[in-house]
Amino acid sequence: MNNQLKKQSAFRRELYQRAILDSFVKLDPRWMVRNPVMFVVEVGSALTTALWVQALFGKGEAPAGFIGAVAIWLWFTVLFANFSEAVAEGRGKAQAEALRKTRQMTQAKKLKAPNRESKYELVPSTALRKGEVYLVEAGDLLAVDGEVIEGIASVDESAVTGESAPVIREAGGDRSAVTGGTRLLSDWLIVRVTANPGEGFLDRMIGLVEGAKRQKTPNEIALNILLAGFTIVFLIVCATLLPYSLYSVQISGKGVPITITVLVALLVCLIPTTIGGLLSAIGIAGMDRMIQRNVIAMSGRAVEAAGDVDVLLLDKTGTITLGNRQAVDLLPVNGVSAQELAEAAQLASLADETPEGRSIVVLAKEKFGLRGRTIGSSEGAPEGMRFVPFTAQTRMSGVDFDGTSIRKGAPDTMMALVQSNGQAVPPDLQTSVDSIARSGGTPLVVARNRSALGVIHLKDIVKGGINERFAHLRKMGIKTVMITGDNPLTAAAIAAEAGVDDFLAQATPEAKLKLIREYQSGGRLVAMTGDGTNDAPALAQADVAVAMNTGTQPAREAANMVDLDSNPTKLIEIVEIGKQLLMTRGALTTFSIANDVSKYFAIIPAAFASTYPVLTTLNIMRLATPQSAILSAVIFNALVIIALIPLALRGVPYRPLGAARLLRDNLLIYGLGGLVAPFIGIKLIDMLLAALHLV
Amino acid sequence: MNPYNWFQLIFYFVVLFLLVKPLGLFMAHVYQGERTFLDPVFGPLERLIYRLGGVRADEEMNWKVYAIALMVFNVLGLLAVYALQRLQGFLPLNPQGFSAVSPDSSWNTAVSFASNTNWQGYGGETTMSYLTQMLAMTAQNFVSAATGMAALAAMIRGLARHTTDKIGNFWVDLTRTVLYILLPLAFMLGLALVSQGVVQTFSQYQTATLLQPITDASGKTVTTQTLAVGPAASQIAIKQLGTNGGGFFNVNSSHPFENPTPFSNFLEMLSILLIPAALCYTFGKMVGDTRQGWAILTAMTVIFVALFAVNVWTEQTGNPAIAKLGVDIQQSDINPGGNMEGKEVRFGVANSALWATATTAASNGSVDSMHDSYMPLGGLVEMWMIHLGEVVYGGVGSGLYGMLAFVIVAVFVAGLMVGRTPEYLGKKIEAYEMKMASLILLIPVFTALVGTAIGVLTPAGQSSVLNPGPHGFSEILYAFSSASGNNGSAFAGLNANTPFYNTALGIIMFIARYWLAIPALAIGGSLARKKKVPAGAGTLPTHTPLFIAWTIGVVIIVGALGFLPALALGPIVEHLMVFAQ
Repeated sequence: MNNQLKKQSAFRRELYQRAILDSFVKLDPRWMVRNPVMFVVEVGSALTTALWVQALFGKGEAPAGFIGAVAIWLWFTVLFANFSEAVAEGRGKAQAEALRKTRQMTQAKKLKAPNRESKYELVPSTALRKGEVYLVEAGDLLAVDGEVIEGIASVDESAVTGESAPVIREAGGDRSAVTGGTRLLSDWLIVRVTANPGEGFLDRMIGLVEGAKRQKTPNEIALNILLAGFTIVFLIVCATLLPYSLYSVQISGKGVPITITVLVALLVCLIPTTIGGLLSAIGIAGMDRMIQRNVIAMSGRAVEAAGDVDVLLLDKTGTITLGNRQAVDLLPVNGVSAQELAEAAQLASLADETPEGRSIVVLAKEKFGLRGRTIGSSEGAPEGMRFVPFTAQTRMSGVDFDGTSIRKGAPDTMMALVQSNGQAVPPDLQTSVDSIARSGGTPLVVARNRSALGVIHLKDIVKGGINERFAHLRKMGIKTVMITGDNPLTAAAIAAEAGVDDFLAQATPEAKLKLIREYQSGGRLVAMTGDGTNDAPALAQADVAVAMNTGTQPAREAANMVDLDSNPTKLIEIVEIGKQLLMTRGALTTFSIANDVSKYFAIIPAAFASTYPVLTTLNIMRLATPQSAILSAVIFNALVIIALIPLALRGVPYRPLGAARLLRDNLLIYGLGGLVAPFIGIKLIDMLLAALHLV
Repeated sequence: MNPYNWFQLIFYFVVLFLLVKPLGLFMAHVYQGERTFLDPVFGPLERLIYRLGGVRADEEMNWKVYAIALMVFNVLGLLAVYALQRLQGFLPLNPQGFSAVSPDSSWNTAVSFASNTNWQGYGGETTMSYLTQMLAMTAQNFVSAATGMAALAAMIRGLARHTTDKIGNFWVDLTRTVLYILLPLAFMLGLALVSQGVVQTFSQYQTATLLQPITDASGKTVTTQTLAVGPAASQIAIKQLGTNGGGFFNVNSSHPFENPTPFSNFLEMLSILLIPAALCYTFGKMVGDTRQGWAILTAMTVIFVALFAVNVWTEQTGNPAIAKLGVDIQQSDINPGGNMEGKEVRFGVANSALWATATTAASNGSVDSMHDSYMPLGGLVEMWMIHLGEVVYGGVGSGLYGMLAFVIVAVFVAGLMVGRTPEYLGKKIEAYEMKMASLILLIPVFTALVGTAIGVLTPAGQSSVLNPGPHGFSEILYAFSSASGNNGSAFAGLNANTPFYNTALGIIMFIARYWLAIPALAIGGSLARKKKVPAGAGTLPTHTPLFIAWTIGVVIIVGALGFLPALALGPIVEHLMVFAQ
């Protein structure tokens, strides 16, 4: 623990040392000119430094000490702004590096030759390159996208397609493509890799947090225009103040005209340096916060757009429901007792390691008090059990013992089995199967010795806490839409249970794309999470598209963000980060402009005191001398940048309270606060300067 | 403010606000091309004008074509006014036989009337023939007002429409504004003014015998007086309604033939704010949410009332220097009190201050009292109203499009503060809109401050100043501010009819008018192309008291930050000096 703290503080020290060095490097005017506000400050600093040198030779417009002090604090203003950017950059880079190292990798069985007998070695999935082959066996995760060149197997693609039923994949034909992140349920496959995995998106991410390579986002550009507008206004104000001052001296016959030093000081105090200096850091920090939450954004634009999202499309499977269905009920048929059915169902599922199979064992235990009997010859269990695993050919699984064979499977397969025995399908079997399907569940028929015992009701289970997440989104003004391949009946049942606002059932890739376009043409901003190849067109169309890291390569390429945790409700955090980014910009702009009022009260009486002594009435802060007033304003202006760096990096907190409430709170804090705070700050600095006899 | 002042203000606003909705609604019908009850009267005339002008009324323009049409029309109008002045000696309707106006004064007046500024470097009754007054001045009073209103209508369409590049037809907007809105209103007001004694005649100036002969400066006894008359009522009606402000007579509406009675004063004052205020309702109606219009009108009114209160308070307090001379400036039952220098007794402090605040707020520029003679803070209120960008009601059309630029800036910053990329009325505010809105905010500051700087630096600028000290500085600042705001009112005490001021102010009036109108049209054009984002829970509402307060804050802060240093060296220091004694 202590060690870790030490490590952290060492890391921080290194970060800050590097940032301090960078703030000087960034003084390069070619670099500064990208930020018009701070460029003006730099030019002003250079100008006052030249005036200071002139004063040293005894020809100055004011005492060299005063000009020098102003010059130093103007340079600090620029350096503080550069420092904020450098710190944000350093943190972002460090986080991206850490991510690169610790990123979870799936292991793949890389084959030396494309046949089953060949030896394999375990390699990380990221080491697989296009054209290489690997082996997958039942229970393995498919490492990367590829094409089956040998074997036939059932694959759970629910993580990718949203369809919970397993699909068959085999060599040749149009069922040969497999997707990374899916899981093999039975048999084995030999797969040839078709795409290089995860190629360099971490490198792109690092590019986004590096100031030099970073492109300004649209909103940042618009804000920069406004800030440049303010800067020009204040340039005009200060430039014309010199002729006004000359004229005033001429007509009143008293005093001396305003000095260039004071004009530059006034200019720097008035132009929005607080937001201008921190703007870049705010943008980079937004990206940093994404990385902290294990989200890799492909562009700053996407992060900004996230704040505007008003419709969110979510895949049902894996997002709203647990990836797999669970048994919730057992319906005996043909006069069989419930106990008898439960026992058979449990026996048939003992060796079934799928979540469905395990849930049947659990249900039988909880509802009928049947203890899960272990495989083999333990007490109570029939001797000599032989388990029949699910295969793609038989499409059923079960157990054989003592001449009894128990099977479970999909209704059509099982009815065929029963009929092959020469028996008629019991009428109540069909009724039960139908009623389960109607309620949104999946029926699984159990048979003993080819005669039907009853039906297992499998149901999608809505994730715990998901309801609250959707309520939270609703409060943020975001509409949630569930997308599922299920029939409308099932979809409606689950949508109601999960509390989404709307759903799209029997969704095809085309239907998803169409839905997104419809929302967009209505002016909505659509966010979508997806991971399957069939999601790729929709992801490409969505404004904010988050691909799961477990998703397929096409999905990740179509998206503008990748969630390394593959957590679909991460979008809530992503939206909040986007909103925080915008709010921080707005809040600091307001703060910066509100600050100006006090600076006028500090500088105007000081600047014209010699011409119009009566103007000292406006010195409501009662600052000690004209020089201390000007210096205090400049020092406050520089220090406030340093003071606000933590806020710029952390972001203004977002709470889903509705726009009116947010505006009121932020206006009170940053508007009114920005108006009042500098009066206090400038006065305190002035008192300190006077107490230390510095002016 | 005493109860009498409050009563004046409240009565004024009650009448004004009662008229806002009916007139605003009517104007919305006009701009949406709908039939109005005036169709039987003006419909045939409207269609005739289109046929004669070769205008296809149903063909709309994109913003660039609209802007070109507006510029072509205005430049031609400017040239016509220039030509009429230069040639008036050869033209009819010139009973006084006035000769051609000087080139620099003609340029100044031509720009001034084309740009709806109506700054007058000349004295009407001693310079302009009746023909020039009517064909140049009165005609420009109509079309320059209509130009501003047309540009506003086009910008509003940009906000109201979506995914189109068409924002209306300039020729149609211009024609319909003049025919359906300005002519009927001016006709009604003109008749009402004539009933109060405002002159309307083509006859020569009259000579009257003085009841009490006086001796002039050279010691001669004067027994008669020349009374200037002319077709005044028709021009005064439109000069008030169209926020023009250019008086028929030199002393504008303090002249007894231009504004004879308290009732005529009330009507003229009402006309200053009538159309600008009603246009807010028109705006709300056209964008499909009248609350938006009321919100903007509320913001304007709050600023107005606050500044009026300062004005009337400082005028009612009066000048301590005069009090020291033994003059009773305290208000009592038999003495209205206050600072009466430069004010007409028939109007008094309250109505003079109300007019002065309204005329500077609305970029009208007509006066019924002399702004130069106000107390320093009173003068500051008038100047600052102009500095706020002429957006507190502002000029007809131009005031609201200027205000919308402020609203766009307010929405931009407030929108960020609620965590969304900013939008106004469902339209995303992006870099292009910010660029144009910044131009609208920036240009008047630039022209006013740089113009004043040139004025105080050059001998030509300094030599016109008649008052010493900070007041002289205020006079120069006021002149350039008035031109920059297309206001047209003046601090007297500055001899502005010189080549320097005529030329410089002419250039500034031109820039300030068209470099604002074109960005406003550009905003309209850009917004028209955008999709409309439906409002949701996260959308910033722009009609709430909070947002209104925020907009007021933005207008005040921008106005204060741009001009506080200059004002400190003018009216503020003058005020401190007056009360320090």
